[in-house]
Amino acid sequence: MGKLPMRARLATTLGGAAGTMSRLAGRGDGSVIGGVIGLRLEPDLLALLSAGRQIVLVTGTNGKTTTTRLITAALGALGQDVASNAFGANMEAGLAAALGKAPDAPLAVLEVDERWLPAVIKATKPRVVTLLNLSRDQMDRAAEIWLVARRWREALAAAKGCWVVANADDPLIAWAASSAEHVIWVAAGQRWHEDSWCCAECGSHLLRDELGWRCGECAFQRPSTRWVLDGDRVIDSSGRISDLSLSLPGRANRSNAVVALAVSEVFGVETAVALPRLRNVASVAGRYTRLARRGRQVRLLLAKNPAGWLEAFDVLEPPPVPVLLAVNAQVPDGKDTSWLWDVDYRVLRGRRVFVSGERRLDLAVRLEADMVAFDLVDGVDDAVDQVDGTSMDVIANYTAFQQIRVALGRAE
Amino acid sequence: MGGASTLRLVWVYPDLLSTYGDRGNLLVLQRRARLRGIEAEQVLVHADQAVPRQGDIYLLGGGEDLPQVLAARRLRSDGGLRAAAERGAVIFAVCAGYQLLGTEFGGEEGQQVAGLEILDMRSGRGESRGVGEILADVNPALGLPRLTGFENHQGVTQRGHGVAPLARVLTGVGNGDGTEGAWAGRVLGTYLHGPVLVRNPGLADLLLSWVAGRLTPLAAREEHWTQSLRDQRLAAVTPAAP
Repeated sequence: MGKLPMRARLATTLGGAAGTMSRLAGRGDGSVIGGVIGLRLEPDLLALLSAGRQIVLVTGTNGKTTTTRLITAALGALGQDVASNAFGANMEAGLAAALGKAPDAPLAVLEVDERWLPAVIKATKPRVVTLLNLSRDQMDRAAEIWLVARRWREALAAAKGCWVVANADDPLIAWAASSAEHVIWVAAGQRWHEDSWCCAECGSHLLRDELGWRCGECAFQRPSTRWVLDGDRVIDSSGRISDLSLSLPGRANRSNAVVALAVSEVFGVETAVALPRLRNVASVAGRYTRLARRGRQVRLLLAKNPAGWLEAFDVLEPPPVPVLLAVNAQVPDGKDTSWLWDVDYRVLRGRRVFVSGERRLDLAVRLEADMVAFDLVDGVDDAVDQVDGTSMDVIANYTAFQQIRVALGRAE
Repeated sequence: MGGASTLRLVWVYPDLLSTYGDRGNLLVLQRRARLRGIEAEQVLVHADQAVPRQGDIYLLGGGEDLPQVLAARRLRSDGGLRAAAERGAVIFAVCAGYQLLGTEFGGEEGQQVAGLEILDMRSGRGESRGVGEILADVNPALGLPRLTGFENHQGVTQRGHGVAPLARVLTGVGNGDGTEGAWAGRVLGTYLHGPVLVRNPGLADLLLSWVAGRLTPLAAREEHWTQSLRDQRLAAVTPAAP
């Protein structure tokens, strides 16, 4: 921290003290308040804290926190400290707090809120920007995603010397990334197609086949890729094939892992070195955790938008393992529950389904329309008490997930 | 009803106009028809396909600016929806789809774009975005209970000759002049997504009755969850003082 100007040092110290006080007072994990106070004292704090470090930014609608964790794990192989906002505080204050807490770390892996990316690129001058996917999410407070992609595109065009690692299978991501000087394209897959039927370049209809996608009118098409996710295997940039065999479940996490491997290679960490480190990651900020509750195993999955729910269904234990669905509509969740109708719930037929959360009636009507039988419950314990077998999965959106974590944490 | 006794529910361009759970309107119409013993099939028409002229109810959903402009271009050159409207088919359009029914609307750079000219109305961009729960009292001529929904748009819409408002706004923005939506003949448009027919089954039944005639009421257990949700949403939003 010796290199920081006086005011930035003061801002970091006071911010750090506030974070500690916030944690002691039981008001969250303290990862934001410190940054808020620090930024008030020194508006350029993020730029000052970033200077002289090699920074990786990670953004996208889904998978930010997990991919950030995976990249951090892989870069650990370099034997140097890595700063990271591991708990998802991903706006300016959270980033400043994460860097402030690790003043001597030469590396930083930071997840960034989609809307903040342009400003954060400018402030941190990252070595790598990682673009995962873009789809509808909390549309009552977020910008339309084409506008988000356009702002990324402009920011990346101006970021000289920066490497972009981008998912070529998501057309909006491909459009945003293609303005950058250096792009490493990854075939990371895209299950959710409903937000990318339109060519981002010319507005015409996109055509899709087994080879990928291309515009029916202009020249915009899926770029050829250096890294490929192929089922449970990765094909790396030199054509070597490795089994992923992750501890984290599901296709979406295999996709996140391949992206993490591509980022690691930029730092000289080869797949053979990085992969064992990725396999050790078993839970991310409470997600995928199995908790014992009244003699049963409860596993928590976080899903916040239609694309996320689709990926969460992919991770569920097979029937008849029951599932609890919990939905709130507070500000962090988005106050509009319309997105529930973009999810196809018919895959849940054949197992016991419980619904809870502040908007459980929205879920009830939705499941009724898909002819999925369900029971209303008053919370996770109410569901656990009705489970016949030994385990239950839970899919919850943001604040519902936090409420369930708190409920389960308090009791055991 | 077209052909046999199967109701054809045509969802126009789900690939371009389906941003706010628009599938819900289709599913609710299908469910409420089938509960009355009326068979109803879904016909999904993508933007690279021709719009069939023999549908019974046509649905258009919400969309972002770019897909909306593309949808307008395609639908104008296709001509199928306009032909269906002239034939007297039922059209129910939401948000971006609603704006498309008029003579013009605001594009992604704020430019005016030509609409389908099915209704005499024009839309443009308002000063600010209207986002939130909306309550509105339905035009008394339609005889329906209060509307509850969610809106998220920056559009303002002015109705011309022969087009009545669907409702009068109690809380929210709607068309921007205190009215909400538009109605002419068998064509209805609204800024409420939500999806609107889920929370407003009376509106769904109105559309069905325009095609199938008088409908029998559903059993209480068949209305239970819908009614519970509707009561909760109506109670959650207080009408603004007049």
